Amino acid sequence: MNAILESKPEEKKPATAPVKSRRRFPTELSIFLVLIGIGLVFELFGWIVRDQSFLMNSQRLVLMILQVSIIGLLAIGVTQVIITTGIDLSSGSVLALSAMIAASLAQTSDFSRAVFPSLTDLPVWIPVVAGLGVGLLAGAINGSIIAITGIPPFIATLGMMVSARGLARYYTEGQPVSMLSDSYTAIGHGAMPVIIFLVVAVIFHIALRYTKYGKYTYAIGGNMQAARTSGINVKRHLIIVYSIAGLLAGLAGVVASARAATGQAGMGMSYELDAIAAAVIGGTSLAGGVGRITGTVIGALILGVMASGFTFVGVDAYIQDIIKGLIIVVAVVIDQYRNKKQRKR
Amino acid sequence: MLAQATAAQPAGLEQPYLLEIAHISKGFPGVVALDDVQLRVRPGSVLALMGENGAGKSTLMKIIAGIYQPDAGEIRLRGKPVVFDTPLAALQSGIAMIHQELNLMPHMSIAENIWIGREQLNGLRLVNHRAMHRCTAELLARLRINLDPEELVGSLSIAERQMVEIAKAVSYDSDVLIMDEPTSAITDKEVAHLFSIIADLKAQGKGIIYITHKMNEVFAIADEVAVFRDGAYIGLQRADSMDSDSLISMMVGRELSQLFPVRDKPVGELLLSVRDLRLEGVFEGVSFDLHAGEILGIAGLMGSGRTNVAETLFGITPSDGGEIRLDGQVLRISDPHLAIKQGFALLTEDRKLSGLFPCLSVLENMEMAVLPHYSGNGFIQQKALRALCEDMCQKLRVKTPSLEQCIDTLSGGNQQKALLARWLMTNPRLLILDEPTRGIDVGAKAEIYRLIALLASEGMAVIMISSELPEVLGMSDRVMVMHEGELMGTLDRAEATQEKVMQLASGMTAVH
Repeated sequence: MNAILESKPEEKKPATAPVKSRRRFPTELSIFLVLIGIGLVFELFGWIVRDQSFLMNSQRLVLMILQVSIIGLLAIGVTQVIITTGIDLSSGSVLALSAMIAASLAQTSDFSRAVFPSLTDLPVWIPVVAGLGVGLLAGAINGSIIAITGIPPFIATLGMMVSARGLARYYTEGQPVSMLSDSYTAIGHGAMPVIIFLVVAVIFHIALRYTKYGKYTYAIGGNMQAARTSGINVKRHLIIVYSIAGLLAGLAGVVASARAATGQAGMGMSYELDAIAAAVIGGTSLAGGVGRITGTVIGALILGVMASGFTFVGVDAYIQDIIKGLIIVVAVVIDQYRNKKQRKR
Repeated sequence: MLAQATAAQPAGLEQPYLLEIAHISKGFPGVVALDDVQLRVRPGSVLALMGENGAGKSTLMKIIAGIYQPDAGEIRLRGKPVVFDTPLAALQSGIAMIHQELNLMPHMSIAENIWIGREQLNGLRLVNHRAMHRCTAELLARLRINLDPEELVGSLSIAERQMVEIAKAVSYDSDVLIMDEPTSAITDKEVAHLFSIIADLKAQGKGIIYITHKMNEVFAIADEVAVFRDGAYIGLQRADSMDSDSLISMMVGRELSQLFPVRDKPVGELLLSVRDLRLEGVFEGVSFDLHAGEILGIAGLMGSGRTNVAETLFGITPSDGGEIRLDGQVLRISDPHLAIKQGFALLTEDRKLSGLFPCLSVLENMEMAVLPHYSGNGFIQQKALRALCEDMCQKLRVKTPSLEQCIDTLSGGNQQKALLARWLMTNPRLLILDEPTRGIDVGAKAEIYRLIALLASEGMAVIMISSELPEVLGMSDRVMVMHEGELMGTLDRAEATQEKVMQLASGMTAVH
């Protein structure tokens, strides 16, 4: 490149040159061990309390991952938002809104009280595109408000959370939308949600690690001012990141309504918090600049194992929440402590 | 060596040492930062600590201040061994430090910043703001710092913030005061002020450790000079027994050839032409021409608008009027990415604030500005970029254990070189350097000067902003001087002297 530098005289020995990169200890390993540990604890309790295996039950494991995949989709989106030092509180509500709108376009003509009687038996791509579009739009609005007005993401997405939920209710005056076509419900059938979740996870894992999009996302979270000085169009990029988070919430809405074979305005209630918890348990820093999709996936699995395990062992639902809250905090404390130790070394 | 000679003197003739460091070692992953070093400070004296970047000075100071824990060795305070687990423990034992990077909270007032953690409380255990403001006013008056205690730190200039940092450190009434490059962000007037404060502290019997890269400061205030190189202690001598040549050779371990490289007169074509550039309330009427291969210096005191001109050219704060022409074409630059597209590059003044991505690796920090050229289909060409970065590291002699190393862990000079590499990788036509050698040692400075001269001789146009007059005068073909947002005049290399530039910069005269 720089002909100038090439011609530099008296090249000193590379005593100062970088040495070969050493393999790094994957940061997700510790959180993965926590996942295994929790699984083993339930395994132990399973034998004590119910005299059967917790892990050696493929049906239960599939069900567990199924439950995780909806929140997992939201968590993948919110992870990217958090890396930019933002937050997205609207994902649960956007899920509901897109579920309602997608479902209303996926009804069969056998049903006499369809939302749009003239728009029944449509090809399956129409409700899917509508659901994704609604999510994308909501995310783009979030991102634009944050990037252009500069108000805190917490406030902007809080507003969207309330409004989108209201809109979902207003859409059918609170009535559930049911009798969906078979081709639509197939999206949520069997292991489809898990496949969708994993494919999306792989896509964004690659996007964050190997593309310009990913580098810019980390750069903005690391130092917004330096990012701008380095020629990154910060506003445009933020809008893209929030739009992607919205799109994934829309996708989660489609999958959730297809799986439940109904669209309901109350869907995804407080899912946004579970999604944030999954990201944070997985090592994403709320201070920005740090976080990986692999961690988030493991974080989501931890939430799933806990929910499934507690039910299996027969712990009261209220106590489940108490313990879940504790584990979220403890996971982050351990992670922070570990990072500090690694730095000091 | 003198160190041993004085240490061997019979007790009673010399005052006991205030602070002694013995056999301290400290390693970071892949780097030995300090290897069995020593140091001692007498009461009522100033010990200057010198060495190139990465010599280990800042690391040692952080150990003394309790921020890092040493791997081995001993700290003795007034003869007693001490261990500081936290910065608070060091503070309570009477060791205060003024940090190289400013550590003030912008949304709090000067008084709140100074007394943070030690607020005066009233009978109800609530913060007594009035008493706090009174104490601050007294402190500032004693130090002859002319600032309002209730003013928010965020609205102060960098130089004023530095003075607040100094006041804060003095307010602890510590026996040992560590100053890590306190003058890197302030102008001559404030430096003189600081020196008078140091003289007062000396008279009160305090021990001062003063880290600096500036020779003239050492000879102005230091009683003794200790030199570090590559994490090792080289020696300690009386300041009046040395001159700058002997000090430099002690620091770099080799004779330095001329600091500023000689260049021929530039012969390039007109590249950039700026007319009546204006930013509301900040500066106005800035006009200049810049040719390819030319170095234009911008001199001026803090707050004169030098940095703002650079930021406006680069689109960080788009101009409110005036004209920028590149190759005769009028440009409208409203954002840095547009400036980069035109072949502009800006190395910013404040590394921490607007340069570094602190949690990212050296590689990611370097590659950020060239990513668009290495990601045609969205995916990054990792191999090509890595090869390029390795190449740049070698050429600029960036010292890092690996490219994956978090950039936080590098010394200031190496961080600066990595950031310079970021911009050189974009192959700019116009390179704007804002305080390129701030906080950088003599050896690295000379390297950066040579590099700048080399880039200019290959046809790059350079704008160099600096608070250090010798640097501006030594490097520039022409010097533009600003004062309070106004262009006071442009001097040719031949007519530019320190006196003339200072006269213009202080607003005493103007040449148009």
